[in-house]
Amino acid sequence: MSLFDYLNAQGDRLLGLAIEHAQIVIVSVSISTVIGVLLGVLTYRTNGPRYVALGVTGIFLTIPSFALFGLLIGPLGLGATPAIVALVMYGLLPIVRNTIVGLRSVDPAVVESAQGMGMGRYRRLLRIELPLAWPVIVTGIRVAAVIIVGIAAIAAVVNGPGLGKDIFRALARVGTPTAIPQALSAVLGIIIIAILIDLAFMVVARLTTSRGIRT
Amino acid sequence: MTTSAATNGGESMISLQQLTKVFPGQAKPAVEGLDMEIPAGEIVVLVGPSGCGKTTTMRLINRLIEPTSGRIILEGEDVTKVNPDKLRRRIGYVIQQIGLFPHQTISDNIATVPRMLGWDEKRIKARVDELLAIVGLDPEAYRGRYPKQLSGGQRQRAGVARALSADPPVMLMDEPFGAIDPITRDRLQNEFLRVQQTIRKTIIFVTHDIDEAIKMGDRIAILREGSQIAQYDTPERILSAPADDFVADFVGAGASLKRLNLSLVRDVEMVQWPTVGIHDSRAAVLAALRASDKGAALVLDDQRRPVRWVSARDLGREDMPLSDVGLPAEAIVQPNATLADALNEMLQSRYGCAIVVDHTGAHLGTVDFATVSAAIQEMRRDARDRSRAEADQLHVADAAGA
Repeated sequence: MSLFDYLNAQGDRLLGLAIEHAQIVIVSVSISTVIGVLLGVLTYRTNGPRYVALGVTGIFLTIPSFALFGLLIGPLGLGATPAIVALVMYGLLPIVRNTIVGLRSVDPAVVESAQGMGMGRYRRLLRIELPLAWPVIVTGIRVAAVIIVGIAAIAAVVNGPGLGKDIFRALARVGTPTAIPQALSAVLGIIIIAILIDLAFMVVARLTTSRGIRT
Repeated sequence: MTTSAATNGGESMISLQQLTKVFPGQAKPAVEGLDMEIPAGEIVVLVGPSGCGKTTTMRLINRLIEPTSGRIILEGEDVTKVNPDKLRRRIGYVIQQIGLFPHQTISDNIATVPRMLGWDEKRIKARVDELLAIVGLDPEAYRGRYPKQLSGGQRQRAGVARALSADPPVMLMDEPFGAIDPITRDRLQNEFLRVQQTIRKTIIFVTHDIDEAIKMGDRIAILREGSQIAQYDTPERILSAPADDFVADFVGAGASLKRLNLSLVRDVEMVQWPTVGIHDSRAAVLAALRASDKGAALVLDDQRRPVRWVSARDLGREDMPLSDVGLPAEAIVQPNATLADALNEMLQSRYGCAIVVDHTGAHLGTVDFATVSAAIQEMRRDARDRSRAEADQLHVADAAGA
């Protein structure tokens, strides 16, 4: 059975899995962004906490995904929850790191003049520092999203949703005629999702960056 | 009475009392027990060698740096403990790098403080346009631009407009022209002085450049390490009567030349060289020359505008009219020229003097080296007398206080 025939026969089911896959990625990236930006904002000015934040999120990324998903079955059981928790953890490092780098690279003279005009801490952060750091932060979120699209496939080991399911099913049936097209179509789907998300972020980054700082 | 406002306790906008800042981990205070009165409507320049604490002093005033001890009085109100953000909205702030917000348009940049103060948008827009016009940027062309689309000089003007936005009584300017090329800097300085003529803000201006201090300041505070005031005086007196060797060294060589930038031709006594009309006879010219001790007479046309210099020798050419003999009348200045300009003209003129004319070009007199030299002597004497008189006054006050 060729890949083409397989796609013809299983198209609707594959599309459903792909949508599931995209959904879990979007949910995870969103949660990761909220936590990551917050961590970055809280730690970018102080050396100690900054190193801890970067160190811990860095360690997350080095845990083999298979192992992490497995470890989470204990406390969280099977299904979407352990999958999302693990994916959020994998997405944190690029977001935290880029938030810190972005905020730290804001021109100190700009911050000083904002302060000198009587802008308080929060207003300065929301009106000046975050908008100026935004292009760097968006890049971090984009990298996190692409990482998560790939790792989300492994979420199938904890019975998580998405195209990973087909990959594991195919691996379980190696030797049968549909095994190769099934695995290939899932991999292809994941690549397409990754490309689409990447493109979407490019558009979002451009639309949400002030014309005054676009390069 | 502008020269004595500080010493005689005239209306002062800002008063610093025993202001001290010790940075953590440093034994020596960056600013130590500074007392200073800053009179309303004047430009006070803090100048001194690097590390003297002048920028720290300025940043203590809007409490970007919190004082260790001492008090800051603004418009009669002790602001040492008030909410610093609210305080800063009453004080314009311009720094060397200007620090325009790159992600906001010029209009939004200027609107920053008015928006925080809750002005309505119509009033803000009117204010933005007014300010752009004041600093010489066409509102139509510039309000929608981003900082990166402006030249260095234009950014500087936008920065000044932003600092003026909520019409604060006080402006702090930290080397505002420091990062700009010399030619543009000169133009911006002049422009700013012109703007100040109308807005009459109380301005504290920090620079390390004594020439800029002399040009911009109504009053100059020369600071030494620890923000100790070496001399706080008008530019004229800093130049003619430096308080001590530190000030004299800092002002540097050529104080007299710098001093000439501060006095105008109209303030000195002019010398009269003989003048003759363009249609006068040779005999009349000779008579005029003999009646004076000068070697040449100035030929004036019917509107009394200087045309030629003629000496007795030039009169030998009987066939030529007075308008063609002798030397052309050059080195012409107006009464509002500085003595430095006049001196420059003199150096290039044949008879060592500059001709002074009024705005129609009609002859008023001449100034020469002797005039300039006498003016310098007199300024120096005046400054010394005044310093002595004030010192006496202080002694009297001290005695009365004790």
